[in-house]
Amino acid sequence: MGIDRDTILKVSKLARLELKDEEIAEFSGQLSDILSYVEKINELDTDTVKPSDHIVDLKNVFRDDETGPSIKPEEIEKMAPQFEGGHIIVPKIIEGS
Amino acid sequence: MLYKYNFEELALLLERGEVRSVDIADSFLKRIQNYDKKINSFITVDEEKLYLQAEESDARRKKGGELSRYDGIPIAVKDNICTKGIKTTCASKILENFIPPYNAAVYEKLKGSGFILLGKTNMDEFAMGSTTEASFFGPSKNPYNTEKVPGGSSGGSAAAVSANLAPAAIGSDTGGSIRQPAAFCGVTGIKPTYGRVSRYGLVAFASSLDQIGTFGNCVDDAALLLSVISGYDKRDSTSIDVEVDFHPEKLRDDLNEIVIGVPDEYFKGVSEDIRNNIEGKLKELEVNGAKIEKISLKYIDYAVPVYYLIATAEASSNLARYDGIRYGYRSDAASTLDELYSKTRSEGFGKEVKRRIMLGTFSLSSGYYDAYYLKALKGRTLIIEDFKKAFSKVDVIITPTTTTTAYNLGEMINDPLQMYMSDILTISANLAGIPGISIPAGLDREGLPIGLQIMGSHFREKKIFGLAAIIEKICEPIHPEI
Ligand SMILES: NC(=O)CC[C@H](N)C(=O)O
Repeated sequence: MGIDRDTILKVSKLARLELKDEEIAEFSGQLSDILSYVEKINELDTDTVKPSDHIVDLKNVFRDDETGPSIKPEEIEKMAPQFEGGHIIVPKIIEGS
Repeated sequence: MLYKYNFEELALLLERGEVRSVDIADSFLKRIQNYDKKINSFITVDEEKLYLQAEESDARRKKGGELSRYDGIPIAVKDNICTKGIKTTCASKILENFIPPYNAAVYEKLKGSGFILLGKTNMDEFAMGSTTEASFFGPSKNPYNTEKVPGGSSGGSAAAVSANLAPAAIGSDTGGSIRQPAAFCGVTGIKPTYGRVSRYGLVAFASSLDQIGTFGNCVDDAALLLSVISGYDKRDSTSIDVEVDFHPEKLRDDLNEIVIGVPDEYFKGVSEDIRNNIEGKLKELEVNGAKIEKISLKYIDYAVPVYYLIATAEASSNLARYDGIRYGYRSDAASTLDELYSKTRSEGFGKEVKRRIMLGTFSLSSGYYDAYYLKALKGRTLIIEDFKKAFSKVDVIITPTTTTTAYNLGEMINDPLQMYMSDILTISANLAGIPGISIPAGLDREGLPIGLQIMGSHFREKKIFGLAAIIEKICEPIHPEI
């Protein structure tokens, strides 16, 4: 299927990507080509086939609900782009106030 | 000259006290200083920490407290594997300055056997690519010809081992990222069975496909290193508890007891030199007693479409975590939270990563999910069953690793679809979760390495290594002129 500019804009919004104009043009061409190619899977008869999302049998791994060591606040401070007084700083979340 | 030795030789020298870990570190560091400007296989080499680790190892050994025979041997580690206190960038601007506060399970295991960290290797950003050109830190080069790519995404690890800038290396393989660069750089590289090696601390790309594996200059080294990093880990819910039965000394195999499957489909569109080489090796194995059987893996033409739908869908979800809040790059051009997310991600991710996030988000979005993502999961089932059928008749499958030898730098950059299609011979193993190895089988007419791939059933690494060790002996050894 062809991916037009509107679809690119919609998908980039979902993906939290802000694309430049030339990226929009480039991606709409490339993604159209890629999708036309992967549509080859439509040739497969899968009416009775179950989907495989994993190749191992996933079992729940349980553990006791005990406290253990975790990343220390000082380590988090070192990683965070903006940190003050024990908190990670972000822009105001509730708008219009 | 220490940089030319394999694990066994280094272990003996260390054991006899003829060299120290510091000498080995020295030897590789000098090589890196002399040649890595050209090859660009490392993103980070921390000299000070390297010598510190080497000195600690020498001190342990002096007291008779070495952690294994290999205590003090340096290893290169792909830069998507977390190393506490040492930058782990995934070759991305978004993690350019990320220093993990914890170690990946495989790095803990390496340390537990006394291996020391030589450096972190270059890769395609977030392991998405087949050339290492998608690295924020510039492409690595192929040691056989620096106009060529080393392959990818673990191109830095493969190139470093090939150029003797590291004795061995760790990589990750989601669709061929260990085997393809191993083939292009003329080294041995194995992707083990899904679940064999813990991925705790591996930065996720496509979780149902990602697996960590090893590179070596010989089969024994790749096997030994894999035996060190294998094993159950409760911190990875896909980890499986099975015996590690492939230590190099256990690898004797008898060709008379092996049935090798050869799928015609895997020789279609393969360059003449590669086809002739692999067919020649198969003849030789047959003459020496192996049974060769023609098999069919008929879904190969669907492998690339299935893989690129599944891998990008999983990637779009895994990479949602890079939001500029808790770690990594943050855009300073944002005033609202929403802008912070989207500006951070747009400035922080490279083009290939964005393309994949877009494709994955699209195929998971409402209205398209069934036709693309769900359909691909069903196609995956057919591919898995195809292999099951094959392995009910044969022990292993031999194919070329790639359809061509190394590409020119720049050749694939503007043609992503072409690049995706070039992964055709490696990605099925990931979709089925089976182990696969690539070993160097010779050179083509341009003097570029050719890789021979052996795939086996789940957890049959021992069979694969055993046969690989035999094939290694019938292949002309190759080395880059560097
Ligand atoms: N990490 C990998 O194995 C990458 C495989 C494949 N070349 C891709 O780009 O997705």
